[in-house]
This record gives sequence, C-alpha cells and structure tokens, in this order.
Amino acid sequence: MSIDLSQFHQVFFEESFEGLDIMESSLLALDLAEVDAETINTIFRAAHSIKGGAGTFGFMQISGFTHVLETLLDQIRSGERDIEQVHVDMFLECVDCLRGLMGDLQAGTEPDMTQADDLKAKFEAILSGNPEAGSAENTAENSSAEEVSAGVQKSDSASLSGSDEDGWKIEFIPCEDVLCTGNEPYRMFRELQDLAEAEGNGSIEVIPHLDELPEFSKMHPEMCYLSWTIIVRSGIELSDIEEIFEWVVDDCEITYKRLADCDLSVLENHHRQEGSSENIEAETVISNVVESEAVESAVVESADDDNSVNDSDALESAESNKLPENAPETHAAAVNEKIEKALEKVAPKAAPSAAKKPAENTSIRVSIDKIDGLINMVGELVITQSMLGQLGQEFDVSRIQRLQEGLQQLEQNTRELQESVMKIRMLPISFAFSRFPRLVRDLSKQLDKEVDLVMLGENTELDKTVMEKIGDPLVHLVRNSLDHGLEGVKERTDNGKTSAGTITLNAYHHGGNIVIEVQDDGAGLNKDRIRSKAVEKGLIAEDEHLTDGQIYDLIFQPGFSTADVVSDVSGRGVGMDVVRRNIAELNGSIDVSSTPGKGSIFSIRLPLTLAILDGQLVKVGDEVYIFPLVSIVESIQLEKSMLNNITGSQFVMQLRDDYVPIVCLQDIFNIDAEKKDLEGAMLVVVEGDNEKIGIVVDELLGQQQVVIKSLEQNYQKVDSISGATILGDGTVALIVDISGLNNHSSDKNSDEQTQAA
Amino acid sequence: MATILAVDDSASMRQMVTFTLKGAGYDVQEACDGSEALKIAKTKKFDLVLSDVNMPVMDGIELVTELRQLGEYKFVPILMLTTESAGDKKMAGKKAGATGWIVKPFNPDQLLNTIKKVLG
Repeated sequence: MSIDLSQFHQVFFEESFEGLDIMESSLLALDLAEVDAETINTIFRAAHSIKGGAGTFGFMQISGFTHVLETLLDQIRSGERDIEQVHVDMFLECVDCLRGLMGDLQAGTEPDMTQADDLKAKFEAILSGNPEAGSAENTAENSSAEEVSAGVQKSDSASLSGSDEDGWKIEFIPCEDVLCTGNEPYRMFRELQDLAEAEGNGSIEVIPHLDELPEFSKMHPEMCYLSWTIIVRSGIELSDIEEIFEWVVDDCEITYKRLADCDLSVLENHHRQEGSSENIEAETVISNVVESEAVESAVVESADDDNSVNDSDALESAESNKLPENAPETHAAAVNEKIEKALEKVAPKAAPSAAKKPAENTSIRVSIDKIDGLINMVGELVITQSMLGQLGQEFDVSRIQRLQEGLQQLEQNTRELQESVMKIRMLPISFAFSRFPRLVRDLSKQLDKEVDLVMLGENTELDKTVMEKIGDPLVHLVRNSLDHGLEGVKERTDNGKTSAGTITLNAYHHGGNIVIEVQDDGAGLNKDRIRSKAVEKGLIAEDEHLTDGQIYDLIFQPGFSTADVVSDVSGRGVGMDVVRRNIAELNGSIDVSSTPGKGSIFSIRLPLTLAILDGQLVKVGDEVYIFPLVSIVESIQLEKSMLNNITGSQFVMQLRDDYVPIVCLQDIFNIDAEKKDLEGAMLVVVEGDNEKIGIVVDELLGQQQVVIKSLEQNYQKVDSISGATILGDGTVALIVDISGLNNHSSDKNSDEQTQAA
Repeated sequence: MATILAVDDSASMRQMVTFTLKGAGYDVQEACDGSEALKIAKTKKFDLVLSDVNMPVMDGIELVTELRQLGEYKFVPILMLTTESAGDKKMAGKKAGATGWIVKPFNPDQLLNTIKKVLG
C-alpha cells in the first residue's frame, strides 16, 4: 500500500517556515559570551524537525543539507565545540537558504541548490577541520557497528560454508527486566516464524530453558527468568534475524550460529523430554522445590496484565513447537483492503491538485480563546433567534415590547459576533516585526554602524491582510532610518551621543486605527538639503515659502532622494513615494516629524481591518455615497470670496494658502440632478495621493462603519469607486475612491486644457 | 482495534502518522509534547505509545521514564521516533524503558509494519 504523502506537504512547509523563524530569532538572541543551553536546544530542535520531516516527505535536498547543520549544532549542544560568531553567521545564512529552498519546493519548482551546496561544503570543512569533531562522527558510526558485533558475537564459523542444513541456532538470554521495556520475547519468536515461513519451507523451534527460574518465594512477577534456544530452519539472512532482535540486543545476550556448525543435542534432549511425557519437565521444576502447578500459576501471575508478555503462551507454544495460526496475515489483508478503499476516496481529490500548480493556500493560527468566544457568541445568537421565532409564531400587538427587546438583543449579538469574527483575522504585529532584528543586525554590519533595535507594542493586533501588506513599507522605513537617519559611530561620539544609535519600532491602537512608528535618534531630516534638492528637481520654486511639515513631506514625492551616495541599502530614489502609495492603498496615511540632531519619527496610521471602513455618508441628488473618513480634511460651506475660476469651467477654491480644485460628483458620475449654484454649496475637502480636492455634495448624512464589498468581484471595476456597501435600509451605497477621483479630475482638466489650446 | 498515542511536536509528522495508522484501522490520539502525552495517558490506557524524542517542554526520554512509573504503562510497548544520527538517544531511550525505535525518515509502510509486528 502507499499513502500519498503530498497531502502533508503544506503543513510541513508551514511548520518548517515557523521553525526557521524560531531558529532565526533564537540565533539573534544568542549571546556568545554566555550561551544559553536552552536556546541552543531550541535551534537544534528546529533544525532536527525540519530534517526529519524533509526526509519523511521526500525532500532529500533539504534533509541532506540540514544534516550538516544539525551535526554542527549537535556538537555545540553537547559541549564538544564552542559556538563562534562565524557559526552564527553561517546558521543564519542557512536559515535564508532553507527559506528559499522551501519556497521553491512549495511553489512546485525545482530548488536551486548552488547556495546550499556552497554552505554545505563550508560546514563540512568546519566539521572535518576539527579532528575531535571528525572522530566524534566516526565514533558514532563505529559504536553502532560495535553494538552489532558485540551483541551478535557472530561465531567464526558463520563465515564457513558448506552446511547441509540452512538455518540458524540462536541462543537468546534476555535481561531480567526485558518485559519492563515492553519487549515481549513472544513477539520476536512470532516475527522469526513469519520470516522463516516467508522463505517457503522454513520453520522455527523454540526451546525454553527454565534453569534460572528461582524459588517461588524469590520470584518477582515482573522479571523474566527464562532463556531460549531458537532453531530457525530457513535460508534467511542473518541481518534479517538481527533486525528482529535489534531493540534488545544491547541488554540481552544473543548469539547466532549456523545450524551446520552446531551441536544440536539441546534439540534432541528437548525432543526426548517432550516425548517422555511432562514428568521430566516437572522434574526440572521440582528440582527447584516448586510444584509445576505453582510455577504455572506464578508465570501466569507474572503475565496477568494482558499487555505484559504472556510467558505461559511462549512456554506452551515452545513446547508444542508450533506457533498459533498466523492471524496477522489475514488481518493485514483486511487492513490493506480498507486502506485501498480509503485511498480510492482520497485519490480523485489528490489528483487534480497535483495536476495544476499548487496554489499557495495560506492558513491562519487562531488561539482557542478566540474560537471559544466565537462559539459562545453563536450560542447566544441561536437563543435570540429561537426566542424571536417563538415570538413570531404567536405574535400580537401586546408583545411589541418583547419584540423590540429581542431585536435589540439580536443587534447586540450581531455586533459582538462581527467583532469576534474580525478578531480571528487579527494577529499580533510581532509577526511583522519579527524580521527586523535580523535585518538590523545585517544592515548595521554592512554599514558599519552600531544600532540597538527596540520594539514596543508587539502584541498590538492587526488584520492579517493589512499586516502582510505593511511588511515591505516597514522594511523600507527601517532601512532608511538605518542608512540615512542614524549617523556613523564617529559622528555620533563627536556630537556627544552614545556610539550606538537606537531604532524604535512602536505599535499601538489609537481610536479605530493602529499607529506604527519607526523612530531613530539620528541626525534628523536636513531641511536645507531637502529644500535645495526639491528646487533642483523642480518640485518647488526657489522662493516658495514652506512650513517645516511641508518640507518634510517633500521626501514622499516621486523621484526624490537626497542620498549623496546611492548605497546598496537605500537611496535609489524609489522608495518613500512607493511607501506612501502602498500605505494609501490600505486606506492609511504616513507622516514624518523630525528634530535636527535628535532624530525623526515616521508614523503610519492604518485601519485595523480592510473589511470595515469608517465612512462619511453624503447625499448627491437621490444617491448616497461614502467617503472614507480618514481622507476627509474638512467640510465647509462655500463662500463666493473663496471661489476662483482658472480655466473657464474649472473652479478652484482658495483654502488658506492652498488652491483646491472643486469637483461636482454629479458631473463625474453623471447623476441627473438639478445643478446648484456653487455659492453656498456644501463642500467636503478630501485628500488623496497628497492632493486635496473639494467635492460638492448636496447634504452631509451621518458617519458610520460600513462593511466593504468588492465591486470588482460582484460587478466590474468602476473608475473612482473603491467598493460598495449595503446600508441599514438595504440600499447599496458606493464608496468613493479619493485617489481615483483625484486622477480623474486632473485628467479631465488636462483634456479641457488641450481642447482649449 | 488497538489504541495508539502518537506524540510529536511536528504537526506534519503527527498528521502523517495519524493518517497512516487510522487508515490501518488503529484508534489514534495525538499529543504535541511529552507533558500533554502524559496527561492523556493518565486518563486512558493505550496499547502502544509512539513518541518523537526531540520535543519542547517534555522530551521523549522523559516521557518514557514517566510512563514506566505508572502502573498501567509498565509493560506497554513504547516506540521512539529517532534519527539515525542520534545513537546516544537510542540508548538513552532504551535506558529509560523504551521498547524500541523507528528510524526517521520512515515511510508509512515501514511505520505500519513495525506497529503491526509489535501489536501482533
């Protein structure tokens, strides 16, 4: 029978990636001056599990590679070798390499083993470079070889050939406590018999020796006092027999001899004894001053636990020279049939998944508490439902109060249920933070800076999807802080700062948002340089007056980079604008504040989830639209003095120092409604992609949380609309995509301008 | 059908072992480390215990030692899942009272054959 092991691959990959994360964080936590044994153990265990799993599931590349890693770790663990920085660096390289290999395997592509082979060679060099280490491995191998030879004590004659009778004589003297390790001699006899019979005409004879049986009063029921001579008449290989006794060979005396070289008198004696009735047996026993019945009962007593060795069975079967009919075989056949049936069921499912490229199905680990909370909530919902159901069946007006109460309860249940379902998708931000210790370590080495990383609020929870998408922007910010923010050691000490800079990652909840801060205690943003760079790039006019905030904001402009030297780490000029765009896609925002000489803080503000949005409901004509609350700057009533007309049809409004273009939703969405005079109209100023626009609406309705439904999935993509939701009265309201609207309005402007020209 | 307690900290190994043994008709229960296994073993007697060696919290060797001290588990076969490189672990396991071992990596057939032999 065969089982399709690929069904376990996904779980294997997941736990391996987890194991690699553990290895990585443990390696980073390792203090070489004072090595914690448990940390080493944890690292070893992770590597060991990956190797074991990889071997079992057929990823030989992985298990072969992990083996050398494990060997070195084992030496460190057992104190044979001190761990050195170079080891840690190599282990970390291995973690990366394994991640890559696993990623390839998971995606169903053949992994590139070049790096792995290089690393493997390096490890082997370390392992063989140390003579102690080399011998350690050899001794391991030798000792197992010795185990075999010592235990087996192959008789010299084993090598002699030319026996008339094929077979083996085995002397088996078990240690007294063999039963206490769960090893039943009977099992071994049974296996021997199976083996012998599998060879055709083979058979075995088991002859018990009772000589060591003590007086009844001295007999311990859990001890095994018997020993056996086993005659195997079959052409089986010694190695097969040895395998049967593999588990007991170390604490039992076992000798093997070829039948041809043996004196078979024991056997003849035994046959004689058998032939001359039970008296002889009784005699042997009586010589121990015990009646045979007593022996039997003693033996039976020793075996009264049905899981212990049934010595009496062994005795009896040995006497009769015949083992019970081979039940396991028929049994095995039945089992095989069952498995085949089970496989048939599995096969059709497995086949198509193997045929197409395995899509990465991600899973999420949820704590039992959350699930319990959810189940509890559902229970309450069911109670409410049955109460309302009953009320509905026998409803009259007098019960209206109860109906209202029930509905209130339903509302509460629904809300709680919604919250707990949302919570399931929430993961602590430590998932996103976990990569930074490594990143900071490697980068600071590369840049020759000293950096302490502080992480705060690691348990702050965030939606899984948001978490996945915020990873890259965060990496960018941290790299940036390390590269541009923090000064070199010399510059720091010259300025009276500690030689090691600090980067702080902090996450906390604020209102319905999560705020993630990346803070450094470096030199701070250089306003003059940003300004001159911006002028140089034509982003601002030379004499333009900007506040500090506006200057800092320039770094988020596309193509902006002040790095004098384009380094490996950052400063390629793509970056901060991408960071801002990524965050905007998550309905979030990013700000920077900076103090010269003290450092900078980048704050990212994100909604807790992508499924729910805090929205402002507005009315245009008969339609209701929703603006994301985060993008609203302010709502004002237009006054004539604010209005300007620049290109004929395009109105702009002066809002303090800014000129804000004004758009009418009814124009953009072609709504049939009476066009109102702009003067006195209600205007919502929104900001998206760093651009403000004023949107004319008829009426501001309430603010509420709305559940976002994808329009793309349910209908098709619509410009300037990011999604839809269903309002309390059952009507559909569209959610306005502010950045999309922005582009739309600027496109329209340029169109009109070209037409005018 | 015989009952088996399968102990391993690796979820994929547990799944594989359970799937294989259940497929062969055994009644399998899982535990993800020694201490959990011990707790389960105290509530119900199993016919065989199959345990990984390297596990957090309580490893396989400790588990065997603890189990052998329970009256009901004195003679129950306990098999360790070890890797071939861990010769000393085999010995430590034997010393603690393990019945035998299955060497990783193993395939479902090998696992099933060994279990069948032990349980008969």
